[in-house]
Amino acid sequence: MLVSDIKSRPVYKGLTVDDAARRHLVAAEGEGALAVLEAFGDAPEAWSRMTLLYTPGGSAPANHAEALQARAPDAFHLHPTRQTLMTRLRALLDTATMGTRLYATGVEGFIGQVVAAGIEHGVDHFSIRTEHRGSLARRVQCVHCKGFMDDVTVSPVTCAHCGVPLLVRDHYSRRLAAFQGVSIDAECPGDVPAAEEIFK
Amino acid sequence: MTIQFKSETFRDDFTFSNSPEAIRRFPFPFDKDEYMYAVNIEQHMPGPIKSPYEFPIDIDEHYVAEMRDRALVLKEDPLRCQSLPHMLTAEWDLVELLMESMAKNYPEHFELTREGDAWHWINRPLGIDQKFTFGDTSTLPYPPMEYITRQCQGDFCLCDQRNDDLWMDAGIVTTQADWSLDFDVGMSFKEWHGPVPLAHDIGVFDRALKFLLNLQQGRPVRRLNWTMTINPRLDTSPENYHKWGIDRTTVTPENVGNKVHLRVELQALWRLPRSNAIVFSIRAYLIKMEELVTIPKWGRRFHRVLRDLRPELADYKGLTRFRQMTVDYLAKHDDGAPTSPGFFPD
Repeated sequence: MLVSDIKSRPVYKGLTVDDAARRHLVAAEGEGALAVLEAFGDAPEAWSRMTLLYTPGGSAPANHAEALQARAPDAFHLHPTRQTLMTRLRALLDTATMGTRLYATGVEGFIGQVVAAGIEHGVDHFSIRTEHRGSLARRVQCVHCKGFMDDVTVSPVTCAHCGVPLLVRDHYSRRLAAFQGVSIDAECPGDVPAAEEIFK
Repeated sequence: MTIQFKSETFRDDFTFSNSPEAIRRFPFPFDKDEYMYAVNIEQHMPGPIKSPYEFPIDIDEHYVAEMRDRALVLKEDPLRCQSLPHMLTAEWDLVELLMESMAKNYPEHFELTREGDAWHWINRPLGIDQKFTFGDTSTLPYPPMEYITRQCQGDFCLCDQRNDDLWMDAGIVTTQADWSLDFDVGMSFKEWHGPVPLAHDIGVFDRALKFLLNLQQGRPVRRLNWTMTINPRLDTSPENYHKWGIDRTTVTPENVGNKVHLRVELQALWRLPRSNAIVFSIRAYLIKMEELVTIPKWGRRFHRVLRDLRPELADYKGLTRFRQMTVDYLAKHDDGAPTSPGFFPD
């Protein structure tokens, strides 16, 4: 479990099955597949009420998709990218009914986007069950141009949108599902320390 | 009393300055010769005449110029003003609080007439005459919070109260000490204070939150906070940090008195009647070092505070690059004499 003293970072408590849910809406990325397999185990009853969205990301060689599909979820959506998964998830949230429980698991940036989509659809973020799996890469928003970058493993990092070298701050926005990137050389233009891989 | 509003700027040529009267009424934040975080919340009761605490909402000589600066910030970056959909009732509460207070305490400048929901607001300094229906957003040219806060000095945040926490779910923030409303909208009390060093560990936020959750209508509270700014720039936002950060390198022994400003935030909190939300106002006051030392007690005291400030705090407040030069400047105005207790000039 990811333990952190960053006050604004969510706590990912781990996936536990809500037995009272009429529908388990599960969004998983990469190694998050293993969290789903562990949490839902081999209880066919729970899988029969599950809508599962999965994108393998960097875990494609492990072929977790096959293992997930073997448990026979009621609906299984395999997506090539996070973006396509999010499009499908938003469509499902648009028509979700009472008794739907939302779950998110995978890397932090992915969990954050699922939670943010839930909030946009009126889901209380406290009610979303989350488990961090995979790398510690961060999703970062440049505070200057507001552009997002996925899977940032280094700080400083050059903004892919506006080119400003950014310090990745330990400050997280649930609404934006991102850490804050802020100019590192504003007070000493051009003096940018070497990037360190600190979010592995 | 009619206020003479100054024509001045907070960017580009930076013509801002304080009149001798404005210096004397400056909300100097140190009642001792040292500083450490404290909850330091007190009742927002009427203070001494002509002080910034005389009325709940303080309007001063910088009003018109500050409102012009806010309009410029919003034109460049509309994300400085945001409100989540459930905050509309709180927005109207804020309209009532600010219009009532401004009209009551500055009748020569502001006038409010209410007949049921039919309201008539006159703002003479800004040349505004607006009839509208209270509660009907379509009768104002902007959403309610934005409408009234384009006409009131200070940043404003509206906090929803639920789950025993405060959630910053709306606000207008154009004069901030390096924090981003766009980033923080939707955060809980401890989340938006996340980056503040030391204070979490000494329990400041636990106590402050507990206190504020019990804030009652009609019993507003206030506290002072402070930092330092190079040039009288109101918009020291993270959004524009890559543009203004360089200012911190421009301080020299020759210009320190004019360039370095103490920036004090008068923060006040009210419980709002219809929404049960809390409005958190953050009103920034700026004073140049050469203005500050015209009050001998303040020159002495600020020299000692800044000299002895803990390095973590100096770093967090962004003072490191110009702190020593400022201490050296202030040292010339500190004869070592004892200072009297309390905030006010001798």
